[in-house]
Amino acid sequence: MWLVTLSLVPAGIAGIYIFGIAALKVITISAVSALAAEFVIQRMRKQKVTVLDGSAFLTGLLLAYNLPPHVPFWLPVVGSFFAIAIGKQVFGGLGQNIFNPALVGRVFLMASWPKYMTTFTTPFRYDAVVSATPLMRLKEGSAPIGATYLDLFLGNRGGCIGEVCILALLLGAAFLFMRGYISWHIPFSYIGSTAVFIWVFGSGNLFGGDWLFHVLSGGLVLGAFFMATDYVTSPLTARGQIVFGIGCGLLTAVIRLWCGYPEGVSYAILMMNAATPFIDRYTQGKIYGT
Amino acid sequence: MKKLIAEFLKGIVKENPTFVLALGLCPTLAVSVSLTNGLGMGIAATFVLICSNVIISLIKNFIPDKIRIPCYIVVIATFVTITELLMKAYSPALDRALGIYVPLIVVNCIILGRAEAFASKNNTLYSLFDGLGMGVGFTLALLLISGIREFLGSGKLMNLMVIKDLEPARLFAMPAGALLVIGLLLGFFNMLKERRR
Repeated sequence: MWLVTLSLVPAGIAGIYIFGIAALKVITISAVSALAAEFVIQRMRKQKVTVLDGSAFLTGLLLAYNLPPHVPFWLPVVGSFFAIAIGKQVFGGLGQNIFNPALVGRVFLMASWPKYMTTFTTPFRYDAVVSATPLMRLKEGSAPIGATYLDLFLGNRGGCIGEVCILALLLGAAFLFMRGYISWHIPFSYIGSTAVFIWVFGSGNLFGGDWLFHVLSGGLVLGAFFMATDYVTSPLTARGQIVFGIGCGLLTAVIRLWCGYPEGVSYAILMMNAATPFIDRYTQGKIYGT
Repeated sequence: MKKLIAEFLKGIVKENPTFVLALGLCPTLAVSVSLTNGLGMGIAATFVLICSNVIISLIKNFIPDKIRIPCYIVVIATFVTITELLMKAYSPALDRALGIYVPLIVVNCIILGRAEAFASKNNTLYSLFDGLGMGVGFTLALLLISGIREFLGSGKLMNLMVIKDLEPARLFAMPAGALLVIGLLLGFFNMLKERRR
């Protein structure tokens, strides 16, 4: 778990560089309160305290990466606590949870305090100038997107702390690939199916959607490499993982194109988390001889 | 007398319709947004439950066994109609807030469940106390759930602002919040039961 955390460090540094010290504050508060929540609950349940295994820290970190940089200080505290308590410990702790805890926390905050969760700031302006994310501009329709592909790739855009700098995220993902922590099945089928679906249906006529824009914007890369690949909540077999990835991709594209929200990565992954036991049942390996 | 009190009390704690029998969850989920709604729904359901229990225990010997459920439904529907018309006449605001869930008391499984499981087998006096106990238990459960949801979801209690400076977590005013609160309370009461054992 600490190695996964290490692979997320570049994206965090990029987020702090882009959005300033406020981002560091959010990351710190979120991670510390996740650790505290894990400690308190395990003490209350009279279990072995496993705060140092890194899973709670990772949950807090991923939650912070999914928050806008200028949220009030109590938001990551409540979110981390909810993520650990309701997202993980209620089910029995690490390995038992159905849903990705960090995303549970994010969706809870999104439903409860949408005002803070959708107020984004301009990059490299550390005085909290409000601006919309590229996907929000696209949803509103009229305004120009205001970001080139290169801007999107390097993170020169409004967005959540950890999702903006694709370059840093890919660095971390490459590290995880080399160490064998994640396989290509989920991230590639996820991003690939999102891209294909958007390319086909993304604009008025068929086969004209701006798929590259959709792949580079929002939390798709962060979600595909670091959250959809969570061992506990994704299918076990390679076949199942590809089904899982395609499902995530379709849901993400549908939410982005036709639903009220500008971004759908977290909802898509949570919905496919719910389908994971079902996918596992139908993609079991066949035992030789039966 | 002792047995009557026992019949009354079992509906509140040991066989609480919401937290132990897990009956009637649909109206519980739907109307528990505010204390006022919860109280209104609880009183309406209690009234119907007591009246239907009494009538069904009185006519139980005349009902052919094969068509007993339709007969119960007719009795229950009569009292639900009375309740609905009374509510429309004297408390139109509550009627608007509860909406479709007032007529739906007809198919509330607490009421049908008590008719089938209790009133059709016991005498009138016991049925009366059983209905009263179950109704009070249902009302208390609704008050607990809706109190938590109203406090967390809109920062109010009985429509009065309790906390001004904190921003309420809107999730708890939504359907997902109802499922969450009921699930956690069920777990909590099961934990208490395990402890006592």
